[in-house]
Amino acid sequence: MTQDPTRQVTFHIRRYEPGKDAAPHWESHRIELVPGMTVLDGLWKVKELSAPSLAWRSSCRMGICGSCGMLINGRPRLACNTQISELGTDVVAVAPLPNFAIIKDLVPDLRPMFETHRELKPYLIRDDVAEQDDPTLEYWQSPHELEHYLQFSYCIKCGCCMAACPTVATDPQYAGPMPLGQAERYNTDSRDGGFDERKKVLSGGSGPWRCHFAGECSQVCPKGVDPAKAIQLMKREMVSDLLRMRKRREPAPVVQPPKGPRREEIPAAPERTVTQD
Amino acid sequence: MRDRTLWTWHIGAGLVILVLLGLHMTIMHLNATLGFFGAGSTEPTEWESVAARAGSVFFTLTYVLLLGAALYHGFYGFRNILMELNPGRTLRQVINVGLTLVGAALFVFGTWAALAAPGAATMGG
Repeated sequence: MTQDPTRQVTFHIRRYEPGKDAAPHWESHRIELVPGMTVLDGLWKVKELSAPSLAWRSSCRMGICGSCGMLINGRPRLACNTQISELGTDVVAVAPLPNFAIIKDLVPDLRPMFETHRELKPYLIRDDVAEQDDPTLEYWQSPHELEHYLQFSYCIKCGCCMAACPTVATDPQYAGPMPLGQAERYNTDSRDGGFDERKKVLSGGSGPWRCHFAGECSQVCPKGVDPAKAIQLMKREMVSDLLRMRKRREPAPVVQPPKGPRREEIPAAPERTVTQD
Repeated sequence: MRDRTLWTWHIGAGLVILVLLGLHMTIMHLNATLGFFGAGSTEPTEWESVAARAGSVFFTLTYVLLLGAALYHGFYGFRNILMELNPGRTLRQVINVGLTLVGAALFVFGTWAALAAPGAATMGG
């Protein structure tokens, strides 16, 4: 199907500037639709033509950085990853992600999400700190072990899942799908030994216990991650631990990388830019 | 730690309800089917049947267990609904203590009713 080159679309944009506006309000802007135009392209066009003070976050333009999460026609999406033509309408309603305070216009305050994320220690926890700081060998992991957490590692922390979650909307104590999904990602990583540290937080009121399994987080994830599944797996693991039925494992050992001729098409790793004193 | 333990008990109570409610439904509502297999031929709601069950230690235990499981399961769910209304710290404590006391009182009353029923196993016939 070819697009009408002169087709116009209307952007309804929710504007709000704390300290200046008493409450958020909607503004409408009409722009010409260019084939292949994303919502992010449209916002740039609106900013260029009629709303120079319009604010939002964006960076990579290719669904990698997770900056441009916003509510587009009622659904949390990445603006850079959403073609206007796929919305199937000439009206594009853009608002900041719900369940977050607004910094300005389409810029949500994601700090609570990242603070909770940090509390759940989203990194490998091991005893061999020296090896982590200055790696000499490799941590052993089989392709099968990688499969356990691989899909959860695709998370880009855009906050779309948090915006879609009905429990986050009503319960400020609940950690939410992104931090919980990432805690599960590290708990299931065979190289990690931090389950006991993370469970101190996960066993409490902010843990997975308030999840109703609405599944909205998984529905809206622009990267195809399934945080709802991660949360259910986490519940199972936590309950198994309580009942002393969880199989304990040691973090993967440090091993010599496999020897063999290097394939020519694989470039060598760049020189380290940070060195230990 | 507390939330994990409460949730685990909630799931455990759900499993107990599943089994005991299944038993209840089978005995009370599938007597025709049971009769077909040569068991439970009498009408389960007749006085003799009710009294016979009340006089059985097994049934008395299942009544008390089902009561406890159902009360815990229901009150935990109700507590979660109330907690999602985002009450303050004091109100949370009031909810926790209040629901625990009401649940415990209902359990004691229900247990007394099961044990004190005419012909109950604990009444010596």
